[in-house]
Amino acid sequence: MSRAALLVLADGRFPAGGHAHSGGAEEAVGAGRIRDAADLGAFCRGRLHTAGLVAAALAAAAADGTDPLALDEAADARTPSPALRTAARRLGRQLMRAARAAWPDPALDALAAARPRGAHQPVVLGLAARAAGLTPLDAAHAAAYESVSGPATATVRLLSLDPFDATAVLARLAPELDQVAARAAEAARRCAAEGPGALPAASAPLLETGAEAHAARPVRLFAS
Amino acid sequence: MHLDHDTPFQPHHTHSADPHRPDGTRRALRIGLGGPVGSGKTATVAALCRALRDSYALAVVTNDIYTREDAEFLLREAVLPPERITAVETGACPHTAIRDDISANLEAVEDLEESVGPLDLVLVESGGDNLTATFSKGLADAQIFVIDVAGGDDIPRKGGPGVTTADLLVVNKTDLAVHVGSDLARMAADAKEQRGELPVILQSLRSGEGVGPVAAWVREQLTAWRATA
Ligand SMILES: Nc1nc2c(ncn2[C@@H]2O[C@H](COP(=O)(O)OP(=O)(O)OP(=O)(O)O)[C@@H](O)[C@H]2O)c(=O)[nH]1
Ligand SMILES: [Mg+2]
Repeated sequence: MSRAALLVLADGRFPAGGHAHSGGAEEAVGAGRIRDAADLGAFCRGRLHTAGLVAAALAAAAADGTDPLALDEAADARTPSPALRTAARRLGRQLMRAARAAWPDPALDALAAARPRGAHQPVVLGLAARAAGLTPLDAAHAAAYESVSGPATATVRLLSLDPFDATAVLARLAPELDQVAARAAEAARRCAAEGPGALPAASAPLLETGAEAHAARPVRLFAS
Repeated sequence: MHLDHDTPFQPHHTHSADPHRPDGTRRALRIGLGGPVGSGKTATVAALCRALRDSYALAVVTNDIYTREDAEFLLREAVLPPERITAVETGACPHTAIRDDISANLEAVEDLEESVGPLDLVLVESGGDNLTATFSKGLADAQIFVIDVAGGDDIPRKGGPGVTTADLLVVNKTDLAVHVGSDLARMAADAKEQRGELPVILQSLRSGEGVGPVAAWVREQLTAWRATA
């Protein structure tokens, strides 16, 4: 296994469409819930322990070899907002393209064929990690990190926030990222024995309702 | 599977610029239009659609920055049926979507080919950007860089990847040159200096031949694309 493959997969410049999404930060900025770096830290912490944990667990389970179609259904069940489902599938499709180019693998081909409009992004992320020879814990780390790095980058653009402050927010969250990734990997192990019902289903209602409001806005910088 | 150093690089499916569709037929030619904000990209796309739509099967992808203005303008002008126009969202970074991470644009192009194809030509309009914005070869087969005379007649001299390397440079709004004091001869000479043999077209969509010369250039590209089929 190559640990450096994790750096490739988790690189913010991995060409999988993430740059056009704010992870709910644009709506939170518009609603006045993110105004500075401290707010960004609180937003990211909330997202990490809810949507981030769920994404990390789905990714870990996919990397562990759980049936990706069952996980895709589990992801739907954990994503009440239709706008967020659409965004997750769109990003999953974009990630699929990049992953198949980077780590060609029959399991990726099979999921692409079964879900031509895109599977949920965390499921594709986990399968990509597996194709890259990475572990479920690695996949969980990548998903957890993405759940906070996206909003942080977006907020730098939305508020002209000092990029050093935004990066410091991410650095301070690193120990919690490790904890969330470990919980996710543990849940993926249980999932192997008990099925996707064992995966966490934490949710952040403001992210869900905010995504619906955001999708209806005619003027916005980010797709979600 | 995981790749190690002795695995040969063998793309076994189309992730970007492969000139064929999965079924083996030749896909549509993709031409990108880039250039600074307001230089006349959408107006050129609209005029090209009117000039070419009777001879070729066309579709358009727009990359708006924070609205759907460009797509809506094209819809309002009815230059093509609505199902042939798709808007891509770029997250405040139009050059990223056409160069560094082309996945959303590729998906839009492929979806158009699938839903209304087979197509001969897809025009991809970038969101207005700076002089360094160019299209990835993985997305566009050829690119047109559109500047205008009102943005300053020193832009061709300044160069930059768009002006210097685009397959076609269009200097638009020549009708305004007298009003803004731009020296067209100097713009043409500077462009020639930067671009060598690469073509430059001075255009006004408000007078004279309009989009005619650019449409003729696009027809040449289409003929060449088909000849290599
Ligand atoms: N006078 C004159 N105006 C033009 C010409 N071409 C375009 N325009 C006008 O210039 C304005 C901007 O044109 P657009 O086509 O929207 O420019 P754009 O490059 O697509 O702009 P963005 O997408 O916002 O970057 C519009 O009001 C057009 O009608 C021209 O040849 N002459
Ligand atoms: Mg435009």
